Amino acid sequence: MPGRLRVDNATIHSLTPVFDFSMLLSGPYHHMLVAGLVLSLQLLAVTLVFAVPLAVVVALLRLSHWAALRWLGAVFVEAIRNVPLLVHMLFWYFGIPELLPDPVKEWLYARNFEVVAAIVALTLYTAAYMAEDVRSGIRAVPHVQFEAARALGLSYLAAMQLVILPQALRIIVPPLISQTLNLWKNTSIATVIGTAELMYQAAKVETATFRSVEAFLFATVCYLSVSLAITGLATWFHHRYPVRAL
Amino acid sequence: MTFWEMVDTYWLYYLVGRYPEGPLGGLALTLLLASAGLALAIPLGLLLGLARVSPWRWLSGPVTLLVYVVRGTPLLMVVFWAYFFLPSVTHVKTDQFTTMLLALVLFDGVYLAEIVRAGIQGLPRGQVEAARSLGLSYIETLRFVVLPQALRHMLPSLVNQFVTTIKDTSLGYIIGLTEVSQVATQINTLVFVFPTQIYLILGLTYFILCFGLSRVAFWLERRLAQRNSTSVKTQP
Repeated sequence: MPGRLRVDNATIHSLTPVFDFSMLLSGPYHHMLVAGLVLSLQLLAVTLVFAVPLAVVVALLRLSHWAALRWLGAVFVEAIRNVPLLVHMLFWYFGIPELLPDPVKEWLYARNFEVVAAIVALTLYTAAYMAEDVRSGIRAVPHVQFEAARALGLSYLAAMQLVILPQALRIIVPPLISQTLNLWKNTSIATVIGTAELMYQAAKVETATFRSVEAFLFATVCYLSVSLAITGLATWFHHRYPVRAL
Repeated sequence: MTFWEMVDTYWLYYLVGRYPEGPLGGLALTLLLASAGLALAIPLGLLLGLARVSPWRWLSGPVTLLVYVVRGTPLLMVVFWAYFFLPSVTHVKTDQFTTMLLALVLFDGVYLAEIVRAGIQGLPRGQVEAARSLGLSYIETLRFVVLPQALRHMLPSLVNQFVTTIKDTSLGYIIGLTEVSQVATQINTLVFVFPTQIYLILGLTYFILCFGLSRVAFWLERRLAQRNSTSVKTQP
C-alpha cells in the first residue's frame, strides 16, 4: 500500500544496530543490571550466614540420641526438599502474611517484604540440603577416632577440636561449596515474587528495550562468572585440604 | 466462599486445567511435562555422557564445556533464553509448553550426562580391559559390558532426577505455563481469601509426589546393594 507507513520487524532491524552492547556498560539499564547483580550477591551472602548454622543444628538433630529429635530433623529436611523452591517463595510471600493482622500485613508489603520472603525461603531450602551433607560428613568419621582421642587423655572439646572436626570438615566443606553453587543459581527464582535481583532486572531491561540478547547475555555472564568462581573455590579446597583415607 | 466450597469448585481445575473443553493444565500438565522432559533427556544424557568419557578429545572437549556452562547457569536463565530469544531466530513463537520442555531436556540431559559418566567411571577398570583383551571393539565393549552394568546402577539416580524434574517444572509459572503452581495462583486470585491454605495444598501436592518417588529411589538403591552383596558372596 503506497503512502502508508509500514513498520515491521525488518524495518526496525534496519534502523537500529543489531546489537548494542554499549547499553550494558553505561546508562540507566547498566545501573539496573548492576543493582540486580548486587542484590543477587547480597541474597547469596545473607542466606549463607543463616543457612549454615541452621544446617548444623538440623544435622545434630538428625544425629541425636532421642528419636523425637531425629524425627523432627527428618521432617524438616523431607518437607522442605520435596517441595519446589518456587512454591516456598509463593508460600512465604502470599501465604504467610494472610495469617497476620492487617496492620502488620500492610506494614510488611509497604516495605521490601519480597526480599525478606526470598531470604527466608532460600535459607530454609538451602539449610535442608546442607544439613544432609553435614550429617553424612560427621558420620563419616569413625567413632573409634573419638574413643581413641579420649583414651589418650584429650577432653571432649579437645577431641572434637583436634581430632574429629579437622577430619569431618575436609569431608563436609566440598559438598557445602557445591550447595553454595546451587544457592547462587536458586537466587534467580526470587524473581517470581518480584525481588529485584539480577534475573528480574534482566527481564525488566528486556521488556523496556526489546534487547533480549544484550540483557540476557549480561545476566548469563554474571551467573557463569560467579558459578565459575565458586567451582574454583571447590577445586582449590580439594587440593589444599584433600580428604584423607580414614 | 467457604474453604470446602472452593475445593468443590476448583478441584478438577487444579488437577487437569480446562481439559477436556480447553487445553490440559494443572497437576496433569506438571506430570506430563516432567515425564516427557525426562524421557527425552535420557537419550541426550546417554549420548553426552558417553561423549564425555570418550577417548576422543574433539568430542569430549566441547561436551565438557557445554556441561560446565549449563551447570553454572540457573534453569530460569535457560528458560528465558528459550522463551525470548529463540523466536527471534526461528521466527516462530514457541509456546510455553515447548519452551519449558526444551529447557528441561537440555538441563536434564546435562545432569544425566554426569550421572552416566559417574556410572561408567564407577565400574572397575578391569571390566573394560578384560572386554578389550577378549577382542571386543570400543563400541562393543560399551554396548555389551559397560552400559548394561552402569545403567542398572543409575536407576536410583534416574528416579531422583525425576523428582528434580517435577520440582523444576514449577518454573513454567514464570512464563505463564498453566502447570499446577500457576493454576494454584490463578485459583488464589479468583478466591482471594485462602492464600495460606491454597499454597499449603500446593506444597503438599508436590510433597506427596516427590517424597513418594524418593522412597522408591531409596528402595531401589537398597535392593541393588543387597543384590550386589549376594552376588559377591556367591562368587567362588
